[in-house]
Amino acid sequence: MSETTTAPSAGGATRGQQLSSLWQGYPLIRHLVTAAIGLAVVIVVLTAVDDFQATKLTEMAYIAIAAGGLTLLTGLNGQISLGHGALMAFGAYTTALLYDDREVGTPLVVVVLVSVLVTVLVGILIGIAAARLHGPYLAGATLTLAIAVPEIGKYFDQLGGDQGLRLFVPEIPQWATDIAYYLTGSDPSRSKYVAFLAWVTLIVVFILLANLASSRIGRRWAAVRDDEVAAELAGIDLTRARVSAFVVSAAAAGAAGAMFALAQRTVGPLGFSLNLSLTLLAIVVLGGLGSLTGAILLSGVLVFLPQIVMDLGSGADLDATRASQMATLTFGLVMVLVILLAPRGLMGGVRALGLRLRSARAGRRTPPASGGSSSSGAAPSPTTDPASPSSTAETAEPDDGSTPITTKKGTS
Amino acid sequence: MLQFTNTALAGLVLGMIFAAFALALVLIWRSTRILNFAQAPMAVLTTYIALVMIEDGRPYWLAFVVALLAGLVLGAVLERVVIRPVEGKPDINAVILTLGLFIVFKSGAEVIFGTKLRTYPPTFGIRGIEIGDTTIGITTSDFFTIGAVIATLVLLVALFRFTDLGLKMRAAANNQEVAGLLGVKVGAMLTLGWALAAVVGSLSGLLIAAGGLVQPSYMDSIVVFGFIAAVIGGLESPAGAVVGGLLLGFSLSFVSGYLSAQLVALVALGILMTVLTLRPGGLFTATQGRRV
Repeated sequence: MSETTTAPSAGGATRGQQLSSLWQGYPLIRHLVTAAIGLAVVIVVLTAVDDFQATKLTEMAYIAIAAGGLTLLTGLNGQISLGHGALMAFGAYTTALLYDDREVGTPLVVVVLVSVLVTVLVGILIGIAAARLHGPYLAGATLTLAIAVPEIGKYFDQLGGDQGLRLFVPEIPQWATDIAYYLTGSDPSRSKYVAFLAWVTLIVVFILLANLASSRIGRRWAAVRDDEVAAELAGIDLTRARVSAFVVSAAAAGAAGAMFALAQRTVGPLGFSLNLSLTLLAIVVLGGLGSLTGAILLSGVLVFLPQIVMDLGSGADLDATRASQMATLTFGLVMVLVILLAPRGLMGGVRALGLRLRSARAGRRTPPASGGSSSSGAAPSPTTDPASPSSTAETAEPDDGSTPITTKKGTS
Repeated sequence: MLQFTNTALAGLVLGMIFAAFALALVLIWRSTRILNFAQAPMAVLTTYIALVMIEDGRPYWLAFVVALLAGLVLGAVLERVVIRPVEGKPDINAVILTLGLFIVFKSGAEVIFGTKLRTYPPTFGIRGIEIGDTTIGITTSDFFTIGAVIATLVLLVALFRFTDLGLKMRAAANNQEVAGLLGVKVGAMLTLGWALAAVVGSLSGLLIAAGGLVQPSYMDSIVVFGFIAAVIGGLESPAGAVVGGLLLGFSLSFVSGYLSAQLVALVALGILMTVLTLRPGGLFTATQGRRV
């Protein structure tokens, strides 16, 4: 648990306020409940959709996993990375190398963990180099990474060259088939099985990321982002904070890469183009820097947008290539417009709305004398009495990641 | 020996092209502290304008000049309309904005001009120069490329060193507030900086296109290498951009000539990381104190 949680409301608080403060004060409980609901939704949705949509959902899941890691790095720690697609490649190639034969019996969990581990090692190396760099120099280094890594795959024949590696996804284990049959009354298809794996991975990764973000480590990252000098004076080791943020986001990218490999069943240099890296960054920014929810939602938009534009386009006599070009064009335009009109992204807008509603509600309930609370739900002021029910439960949010992450000017 | 000479000459031409592109990036960085990722697709658009004119039977050099002017206008309009609102905002906003513009211009070029490969006629001859009995791997077009980049560099240095306008532009870039108080029209100077950069960018686009095949993604590798050249040079100095471009051009040419073309990107990454590890601000920057 983090140090700055609010004490649960004492005495006279109503049951609703107690629940609410439990929700606000204990991020772990909040994240676990959200995850359980998420899992239920995933099961229901995957049962309902057809195989094609399941493949699309898998794609959404691995993109969201990588974007989640990047959210922490860029949104919380302020380091920009144009090369996260390259990190995914490390995870994907590792998975492909471990499953290069039909006979391999290595459990899936082990393979995914090894892929994550390999990516983490790469992430440590890059993170140490990146910790010294600022702004455009970091962008340049990671951009080059995005270009150079697929070339490694092309160069070495052991990595499959231009064609890439084929991998064999292990058979669906019997118990999984049994559970699926028990729940849905039919045997799971392969693509649904992979989709389920990807979404479970997503949920696990996002619980870990959300907890990290709301822990002491997450606050350190944010401190380094907001003001290096102040952070250093407060005793934070800048290099360590930067490298650890990079490593965590690399781990997420590794898991995403493993899911990519399982879903695509071939891993080649073409899968990890510069476009992938740029797309990930775009998702992070458009979702609202630092918002994990935004990262998931925007990944969905991104995966399903071309399809929607294509459907619209077929009505308007557009052929498939034209339509996909139009989809990309639309995406670029949206990026430009969002930065110009709503720089805090999707979740930034939602949060601003939520805060306004909440403070309006709090303003009605608390007498004006208790001040502060009616203006906005800002950071807790030290003078707030923790036992005063309405102020703790309604407005004074602990610094646990549920506060809006502002895009302050980071490093010079 | 002949292979060595030819590889070196190819490296020189390649380096000059990288240098031109890096110069455009440096110009924008100096004036607005923004890295313009959209530089390459902007150049693609202006190159296509020239190509369409040439295919319509207009004179070659008229198309060339029109493309440069189109770059000028595009750069100025872009700065005024889209870039101005993000100046002074967090760095990442500008990065995302120019990445967004990258996508818009590139897919825009695909929608308008299609993805078919088209030939762009060379500026001058494409036959190697003959010295005695041997033909060496440099053409009159290559000489034009080298000359054009050197001329651009000289003109830019002259502009910034010796003219009133250049002084004002430097003032506006260094300290907007003080420059404004002293009567410099800061906004106009920033717009001019972008416009000039876009002209240089267009020039590099035309130089690469000449005598080769053109399609909307033909500048993609230049984005990265020109960018690396600028970062190696330190983003601040035009001379640094040229040195960075040449360094990269020679290394990459020798790598692809003697080892393998597929190692080029890796070697570029290696060079970049080595330079940045030794000097995190690039080769040509004075060490700066950090503001506390």
